[in-house]
Amino acid sequence: MLRLTTTWIRRNLVVIAGLLTLAYLVLPNIIVMVFSFNKPAGRFNYSWREFSTDAWQDPCGVADMCDSLSLSLWIALWATIGATLLGSMIAFALVRYRFRARGAINSLIFLPMAMPEVVMAASLLTLFLNLGAELGPTTILIAHTMFCLSFVVVAVKARVMSMDPRLEEAAKDLYAGPVQTFLRVTLPIAAPGIAAGAMLAFALSFDDFIITNFNSGNTVTFPMFVWGSAQRGTPVQINVIGTAMFALAVIVVVAGQIISGRRRKSALPK
Amino acid sequence: MTDKKAGGDVRLTGISKTYGSFTAVHPLDLTVPEGSFFALLGASGCGKTTTLRMIAGLEDPTTGSVFLGDKDVTDLPPYKRPVNTVFQSYALFPHLTIYENVAFGLRRRGIRSVKKQVDDMLELVQLGDKAKHKPHQLSGGQQQRVAVARALINHPQVLLLDEPLGALDLKLRRQMQLELKRIQTEVGITFVHVTHDQEEAMTMADTVAVMNGGRVEQLGAPSELYENPQTTFVANFLGTSNLIEAEVAEAAGGQVVVTAAGAKLRLPAARCATQPRTGGKLLVGVRPEKISLAHADDAGDIADGRNRFTGKIADSSFIGVSTQFVIDSPVCPELEVYVQNIERDPRLVPGAEVVLHWNPEHTFGLDAAQDIDAGVETVEETA
Repeated sequence: MLRLTTTWIRRNLVVIAGLLTLAYLVLPNIIVMVFSFNKPAGRFNYSWREFSTDAWQDPCGVADMCDSLSLSLWIALWATIGATLLGSMIAFALVRYRFRARGAINSLIFLPMAMPEVVMAASLLTLFLNLGAELGPTTILIAHTMFCLSFVVVAVKARVMSMDPRLEEAAKDLYAGPVQTFLRVTLPIAAPGIAAGAMLAFALSFDDFIITNFNSGNTVTFPMFVWGSAQRGTPVQINVIGTAMFALAVIVVVAGQIISGRRRKSALPK
Repeated sequence: MTDKKAGGDVRLTGISKTYGSFTAVHPLDLTVPEGSFFALLGASGCGKTTTLRMIAGLEDPTTGSVFLGDKDVTDLPPYKRPVNTVFQSYALFPHLTIYENVAFGLRRRGIRSVKKQVDDMLELVQLGDKAKHKPHQLSGGQQQRVAVARALINHPQVLLLDEPLGALDLKLRRQMQLELKRIQTEVGITFVHVTHDQEEAMTMADTVAVMNGGRVEQLGAPSELYENPQTTFVANFLGTSNLIEAEVAEAAGGQVVVTAAGAKLRLPAARCATQPRTGGKLLVGVRPEKISLAHADDAGDIADGRNRFTGKIADSSFIGVSTQFVIDSPVCPELEVYVQNIERDPRLVPGAEVVLHWNPEHTFGLDAAQDIDAGVETVEETA
């Protein structure tokens, strides 16, 4: 009996470890979700009282929260667009061309990823203050675009590096001019890398707190709102927004899996 | 294949390519006649692919010009040249279906109704049922045929093939060689084929240019190159040659007599790549299958007037249609002799004393002032 048990454990160890890790990762999200249906007694949503959908029916019921949310989404959107455009171009330049200071740029681009955020936040603030810039959405956007850039470069570079340069030669050989070659061959093949970089940039920008907090002036983004309200009391609506974001992310990932799974199935030889 | 344009020859004049201090292709003149199947043959790094890429426009020549017919296309970018390439790695667009891959060239030239042409072309390469597949779903041989179809559908003046069969296994390669030859005969387009496989070049091409170190060593029909190599590189790279270092004893009346380690050999003066001088050196060559072997006991039966000397069998290997012998002789170490297995002499085993003899007409002479081992394949190439 004991031997049977040990054999069973040995066979399923990987699965068990996997499930435990998953639980560890998902548990906080589940708690957030559960408490989005709570009806707390006081200002703090930390202990369960009774089931209610009040917060879901009125997600913008808390003063200023939806303003900060839309500001965060707006900044994330433009930071993503800016970082993706610039980052993709930098990635192509670094892989395809040999130029002076290429090596230096190649390593400098990693710095924002490696540097502690606090340091970067403080130095950015110094820079903005010295320039006499007015802190606000613009400075936040500049800062976000800057640190998202390196992540986009890394994602796109990996993709471009694995791309066969003969494909572009083949396109040129088949009467496609430089623009057509880029639009019909280079871009579609690099697209998954660019999309991955963009998604990463969006997520990083949306939930950034430290750099934003230093460079925001009087502006309040969603992460800052959550932080601020945590001192005075946490409205259930925060859980509602958190759950909605989580659900959205899960849907995107699952949809991606299903699409690629279907593609693989149709790829089987008939 | 109805709208085939009047093509014209491919002419390269003084074309060369240097990268920094390295010269990939030395100034080179080459004419590929219209409608021919032309092969550029050589080991890797000999400049054959660079030459091909200069015709395609993917590489700018350092000097010289490329002509298609009467038109100078040297400064035209690849997408403006009526030339298409079949790449070594096929370079099929992974994100497009087979149908769209084949239609790519037509669409880029603004041709709207491509369906019939694409269907016909896929039929020609026998892949009509794969139109909706993606390239990675096809086998190597099928991908190769798509690459050919994608290029051919544009009716180029010249089709360039860059080692298109390199990635296929031997059996499939043989099959594709015949297939490509069939397609070329059918469409009548000029094919320029780059390969390091001498058998492939000889099987497929009407004319072969043997390249070595960025230069064309010799150009001619496969049988001409094989029978009358002009350099040791060509003699060794195309098939196998026995090259004997000899001294010219007499050169008169269209006949050259040489001596090597006491043996007296004769050859026609017309088959010497250089002017033989009495007392000078000459490399005497003979192909392994031209030599006959007789056991030493039967030496008397050999007809007069044949080149002959004695040796000892060092090794023999039976390969079905023939037996390949390695003979050690004072005249030349490690001579190779291929004997057809019609009537096998059981006395011809390693250690046996034999007489080698052949028709003097089958002998060729080469300049002795070159590397006797040039072009000998030491390791089977994989690239």
